[in-house]
Amino acid sequence: YAFDALEPYIDTPTMKIHHDKHHATYVANINKATEGKDEVPILDLMANALEATPVRNSGGGHYNHAFFWELMAPHDKASKTKPSSKLMAMIDKSFGSFDEMKAKFEAQAAPGAVFGSGWVWVCVNLAGDELKIVGTPNQDNPLMKGVADEVMLPILGLDVWEHAYYLKYQNRRPEYVSNWWNVVNWDKVNENFDYVVANHVGVNVKG
Amino acid sequence: MALSKKIVIDSTLRAAANVRSSNLPYDILKAASARLSSAPSGGKHMLPDLPYDYAALEPAISAETMTLHHSKHHNTYVTNLNVALEKLDSAVSAGDVSAIIGLEGALKFNGGGHLNHTLFWENLSSDSELKEGPLKAAIEERFGGIDGMKSVVSAKTVAVQGSGWGWLALDPTTGKLEVATRANQDPLQATTGLIPLLGIDVWEHAYYVDYRNVRPDYVNAIWNVINWDVVEQRLLGAQK
Repeated sequence: YAFDALEPYIDTPTMKIHHDKHHATYVANINKATEGKDEVPILDLMANALEATPVRNSGGGHYNHAFFWELMAPHDKASKTKPSSKLMAMIDKSFGSFDEMKAKFEAQAAPGAVFGSGWVWVCVNLAGDELKIVGTPNQDNPLMKGVADEVMLPILGLDVWEHAYYLKYQNRRPEYVSNWWNVVNWDKVNENFDYVVANHVGVNVKG
Repeated sequence: MALSKKIVIDSTLRAAANVRSSNLPYDILKAASARLSSAPSGGKHMLPDLPYDYAALEPAISAETMTLHHSKHHNTYVTNLNVALEKLDSAVSAGDVSAIIGLEGALKFNGGGHLNHTLFWENLSSDSELKEGPLKAAIEERFGGIDGMKSVVSAKTVAVQGSGWGWLALDPTTGKLEVATRANQDPLQATTGLIPLLGIDVWEHAYYVDYRNVRPDYVNAIWNVINWDVVEQRLLGAQK
């Protein structure tokens, strides 16, 4: 989608800078860090990312942002999507209801929960039978061994680094988070869910 | 036990608390309030006024950034610190150790945020001149010169992953100047023992309006608005 596609929930300048500058820098840096080595899909670098700081920061940054862009869509498209019945069943089982899941997610995204820069995720556990919500710092993600209590497989994620929302929302992170639901593409989230439950590995991303 | 503690009150502080508060230094007033109230944490903290106008540090830092940074971000840390301290007071009064420990994150984050930003505003000024004196001498001895110091501090500060701070500090155990960084709002002295002399905020909110993602440009520019007098006062205070 175009840089202005997620207006008014995420503004055009943010999308442009977030993609062309922030994400691009992570890509450049992970390429620099892996120069001369065999080409490996970014997903495969995630498991052991904590062993090498550039992989953790720049590799994580690349995976997280590539994952993030794919799960959003312009509101007129996103608003027609919803969690599949299989996903809803697991949401109800894990959180009680969709609204309770949303509330738990927003609490995890609040400034007092993720203390600085980081991400909030809805994940499937490795066994594929439960959903969990987890916050991770900086460019960590739950695919990385040692980051969360156990390795988990993200199906939905939100960037809460200040660069993700500052131009439009300044310090008003809760407003950014509640507006973001308007551009979540549940078709893609459903696809992520089906994939990780069937394969017990993380979703592949482009690039 | 609590009852007997309340009866034994320092008479000088009791007298001090009866003087009009505008005549009392803030820290005496707080100590007096703590003694006389059931607030062992000493009562409410306040957002300090800036020593200059919001536009004073332009073009290095815009008035828009200063306004948001001071009246929104720092103010929120103060508000939430007060909330956390109220909870701490209740937990202490109830003897609830688990609740006391549970407040650790909120205290470090909001207390650190308040401490860090208070130090930060004070070490900025439109009047920025490093004169001959003990600070300049110490920098030259430790780093070979002012440019050498700026180079080390800038490099480490720019390299902070995510949110955090860069500091020029004094190691009180060695008497030497050191350069340190901290993540999030972790306060320097409480977590490392180093005494903060000069702080640079590299949370994105500190520079995003003016510099977008280009943190190095912000760090380069901020050297133009450092209040070297305050940094030197801190050095001298730390050396006592």
